[in-house]
Amino acid sequence: MVDGATRDGYGAGLVELGASNKNVVVLDSGVSDSTRSKKFGDKYPDRFFNMGISEGDMVCTAAGLAQAGKIPYATSFACFLLGRSMDQTLVSVAYSNTNVKLVGTHSGLAVGEDGPSAQMIVDLAYTRAIPNMTVIQPADWEEARQATIALANFNGPAYMRLGRSSVKGIYEEGGYQFQIGKANVIKQGKDAVIFATGSMIEETFKAIELLGSDKDFTVVNISTLKPLDEATILKQADKNKAIITAEDHNRIGGLGDAVSEVLINNGISKPYKRIAVNDSFAETGSAKELYEKYGLSANHIAKALEEAAK
Amino acid sequence: MNNSNVAPLENRAKQLRRKILKLIHRAGSGHPGGSLSATDILTALYFGGILQYDPKNHQKPDRDRFLLSKGHASALMYCVLAEAGYFSEDDLSDYRKINSKLFLSGHPHPKTPGVEIASGSLGQGLSVAHGIALGIRSDYPSARVYVVLGDGELQEGQIWEAAMSASKFKSSNLIAIVDNNKVAQDNVTKDLKDLEPLEEKWRSFGWETVRIDGHNMDQIMKALEKPVNPEKPRVIIADTIKGKGVSFMEGQTAWHGVAPNDEKLEAALKELE
Repeated sequence: MVDGATRDGYGAGLVELGASNKNVVVLDSGVSDSTRSKKFGDKYPDRFFNMGISEGDMVCTAAGLAQAGKIPYATSFACFLLGRSMDQTLVSVAYSNTNVKLVGTHSGLAVGEDGPSAQMIVDLAYTRAIPNMTVIQPADWEEARQATIALANFNGPAYMRLGRSSVKGIYEEGGYQFQIGKANVIKQGKDAVIFATGSMIEETFKAIELLGSDKDFTVVNISTLKPLDEATILKQADKNKAIITAEDHNRIGGLGDAVSEVLINNGISKPYKRIAVNDSFAETGSAKELYEKYGLSANHIAKALEEAAK
Repeated sequence: MNNSNVAPLENRAKQLRRKILKLIHRAGSGHPGGSLSATDILTALYFGGILQYDPKNHQKPDRDRFLLSKGHASALMYCVLAEAGYFSEDDLSDYRKINSKLFLSGHPHPKTPGVEIASGSLGQGLSVAHGIALGIRSDYPSARVYVVLGDGELQEGQIWEAAMSASKFKSSNLIAIVDNNKVAQDNVTKDLKDLEPLEEKWRSFGWETVRIDGHNMDQIMKALEKPVNPEKPRVIIADTIKGKGVSFMEGQTAWHGVAPNDEKLEAALKELE
């Protein structure tokens, strides 16, 4: 298992795609060293377009490349990619139904010291609300690599949300196959199920270790946030006594809202706790400090698990 | 093309103007002013032998591409596409109507044959056209991408982002045409934000510029027939008149987004006989 940032898994996936699919092209907006799209650019310079610091132009250029038969990955920091190109994403990508892959790195509070203008905590809400859009957030390096490749074989607009910091590997090549729209039960239990996404998977396992209790928890990786794997959510909601969701995102419009909609629509009422940013901007600080102060850390998850499984 | 050869195109443009006004009148809403200002430009592109297209195989990969970035001129776009053979005149009957068979929306969408991308939000078309230009340049080196921009649209910052991108990538297969009708929705463009000196702006962004009278068919054809500059994208700044061809619509903000009633339609058609 590879420990590493999901952005590094993306870079590795892109390099593989460069060799296997000549239609794949990659765009960036002047941050390719950080987003890792440079890995592709260094190897395939004639299929790499660094558009400079102009995300709206980049996203629409990607839409044009898609209409010319290419498979473009338009990459930037999540905060600028979507923040600066909401309208372009809506009209030229989603409404036009172009085969554009939007990839936002450095998402969530995990980005840390650069502060709230760099901490993208509303991108899941933005993208989930857009018709035609598929929304993915891989949990580790390997899943990010696989998701990058899977997106090239999937026809349609998609957003992939990635992180800056290294996370512990949970999947192994050959031992796991990422599928768009499929949640993955990493650990089956019965006392409470935690539906987590992205870096929250690592925090969840830390929380379970902290607790060291005799309770038996289920951990489900929701790596596709749209379309949501309702069948797996309902099955696990049924098998477990309590339900928790965990995301490094604002509590409005993200995983918690998505899961609770499924629960309510299906008349499921069980003890429920939500781990998310509590509708506030954060501040500067290390990722660890921010997770602690803003309710996302393993300690908070442990407390939620304990209370839910009482 | 010399002056004697442009007469059929001029006549075609006049007939298109009539169709546009009838279409908007029937729909009960639409944008006559900006459709009439760009009519001569699209006539030259589609019927003057400039654009290489096949309406029976509209996704042909080596086709020239046309994008209407100022999507509100949809009545013009659909009338031209019908005339070019992408669909029939009868298909136009559900323009702006629910359950439109060919998705003839108020602003174009690629569900309609002959439309490359959705528009309606100004400022995006030049970037999209440039993306297509980058995507086809090595596979189909002789294919061109043409995009019509409104002058008001040039107030959107993204246009200038795209202008920088196209010169950076030396995208000589990209030709932008500014329908410089000088009137936007609630005011004249100059008083919203003055765009002049327009040629200098484009030149300083690395583009080759050509400035023409956008209602002089001879000048339009000459500008479009000019061989590409292998080092640069080109912009044709076409000075036009909003509502061109109908005296009471010309230069009027009031006719930006209003359909003519029966009486106004009749008066307009009389002027276009």
